[in-house]
Amino acid sequence: MDRSTAAVTRSETWRSFRIATWLGWQIASNWTDPLWFAIYSIVRPVSRAAILVVMYGVITQGNFSDPLFPYIYLGNAFYSYVFTVMNGVSWAVIDDREHYRTLKYMYVAPIRIPAYLLGRGVAGFLTASLSVVITILAGVLFLHVSFDPLQADWLLFFVSLAIGVVMLAMMGLVLAALSLLVARHSGFLAEGVSGVLFLFSGAIYPLDVLPVWLQPIGYAIPITYWLELMRRSLIGSVAEAFPTLAAFSNLELLGILVGLSVVFGVASIYVFRACDKRARERGLIDRTTNY
Amino acid sequence: MPPLAIETEALGRIYKIRGSKKEKKIRKELVALADVNLQIETGELFGLLGPNGAGKTTLIKILTTLLAPTTGWARVAGHDVVDAAAKVRPLINMVSGGESSGYGLLTVRENLWMFSQFYGVPSKEAYRRIDELLKRVGIFDRRHTKSADLSTGLRQKMNIVRGFMTDPDVLFLDEPTLGLDVGASREVRALIREWVDDRRSDVRRTLLLTTHYMVEADELCDRVAIINQGRVLACDTPSALKQHLQKDAIFEVETSPLNGLTAQTIEDLPEVRTATATEHDGGATLNLILVEENALAHVINVFTQKNVRILKLSKREPTLEDVFVDLVGRSMADVEKGGESSEQ
Ligand SMILES: Nc1ncnc2c1ncn2[C@@H]1O[C@H](COP(=O)(O)OP(=O)(O)OP(=O)(O)O)[C@@H](O)[C@H]1O
Ligand SMILES: [Mg+2]
Repeated sequence: MDRSTAAVTRSETWRSFRIATWLGWQIASNWTDPLWFAIYSIVRPVSRAAILVVMYGVITQGNFSDPLFPYIYLGNAFYSYVFTVMNGVSWAVIDDREHYRTLKYMYVAPIRIPAYLLGRGVAGFLTASLSVVITILAGVLFLHVSFDPLQADWLLFFVSLAIGVVMLAMMGLVLAALSLLVARHSGFLAEGVSGVLFLFSGAIYPLDVLPVWLQPIGYAIPITYWLELMRRSLIGSVAEAFPTLAAFSNLELLGILVGLSVVFGVASIYVFRACDKRARERGLIDRTTNY
Repeated sequence: MPPLAIETEALGRIYKIRGSKKEKKIRKELVALADVNLQIETGELFGLLGPNGAGKTTLIKILTTLLAPTTGWARVAGHDVVDAAAKVRPLINMVSGGESSGYGLLTVRENLWMFSQFYGVPSKEAYRRIDELLKRVGIFDRRHTKSADLSTGLRQKMNIVRGFMTDPDVLFLDEPTLGLDVGASREVRALIREWVDDRRSDVRRTLLLTTHYMVEADELCDRVAIINQGRVLACDTPSALKQHLQKDAIFEVETSPLNGLTAQTIEDLPEVRTATATEHDGGATLNLILVEENALAHVINVFTQKNVRILKLSKREPTLEDVFVDLVGRSMADVEKGGESSEQ
């Protein structure tokens, strides 16, 4: 690739991402009539967290000072990014193909489809962020979560958050790629995958709780390390109370997260290219499911 | 000589069709395109004419990089559509008729602006072009309407604007007037012709459209390829296509009920090249292509023997419909009814 082609690619990538972000935001803010928005982004996550708190309270007979409690609470709160970001990216394929019927026009246009899809996920990330903030705020104010903002390592927090979101978006790209090939039920892909990963990523219990032969799955996925970093950056002492990843320093965890994210990221680009090629071969790009 | 705008060689496409649940193992293959060789020059307004299932959309999908061919190759604006798809895309655009695509929550102008941005058109220039084209197709007053609130026809007009707006070197229109009323169809045809003829731009514009309206192909296109069952049967200017039939005599006959007479029995007469018949209440309309005019006497004889009365008889100039019948042996309407093209 000579220099001018590279420049063209860069500007195509950037404008695909930028315009897709705009479009994603238009779509998100369209259905967010305030009531719907409140239910979906605030009431739902907060009540889910509240249920968790109640269950925890019953089982531990109100032992909210145990470090396990904020571990669960924060893990659950941040995990909501997993579904929203993956879904934001992959749902764009289904939405454009089946609903707006524009996917083929996107494909004909001089844009980078992966950049376009990632852009479509940005709105999801922003709304998820709002509900994460509100969930944590609700936890601190009403649900016994002890959190001191002055003690938090904000640099670590934002760096980890950024890496994690990119990692989740790349995983969303894999789901988007699969959505190109399987018409049926692909709407549930993100839901299903994030549900399964929930079991293995140590979101609401340390990995040691899993049977030994299942634990490697947890160690292999970057989400595990990401959640740990999110917790540690906010409430450092808490996460260190658990044996699972306690041996790793923050920097080591960050290194593992970056390493795994790069591996997953590169893999997802290849998966996307392969599926994209296959979709073209089989004529699936403008195929609507028509049920 | 300038490079060809579109060039294909031995282009073919086979679809693998999975059977229903019961016969999952049985995989059928459907030949949607076979051995298509086209050379379309820059500046041409080229038409693909063919019945439903002929392979028109399949060809457009290959040329616009949406679909990989199974055999052969194609170049658009000098670039291979498979290996250099990224080079092709900035130079083309595509619109399909008869569907309502677009982001219903955006206004007409927003929809169009967004697509213009994907092509890197500066916003100001984009709005200028959008407004000009919206005026041209008569929906300028609806520019701030959410596209969800537009009728199907108006949405199609919006999409047509989307195609022209990026000022591509090669524009593909798949049945652009499908579903539009007579007036709108006429406007769109005028726009198409004008756009191709516009020499303001330094690059000469090329447009490929598909249609199954004979008149559209005949009156609008510089050259027409007649396509049936995936094969290009003829490719020339409309007048040259019709020229072959010029020395033949073409008659349209309206008769009383045919009393068991069929197009086939008439076609079996020696001087009759082709005959098609459509029966309707109280009679039939026949189209006859005769090798020479005198043969008409024979045909009339056959009618008389069967007690079929002739209600109206007229001689006419050949049309592309006649060319199609001459090539395929059946009218396009018959081919579409025949169900031979295995539409699933
Ligand atoms: N994705 C697909 N999978 C399987 N078969 C297909 C697919 N797309 C098209 N076909 C078949 O290929 C043949 C050609 O279809 P195509 O859509 O190109 O025809 P067309 O000329 O555009 O017809 P129409 O006038 O109805 O739009 C048809 O028999 C059609 O059923
Ligand atoms: Mg078609």
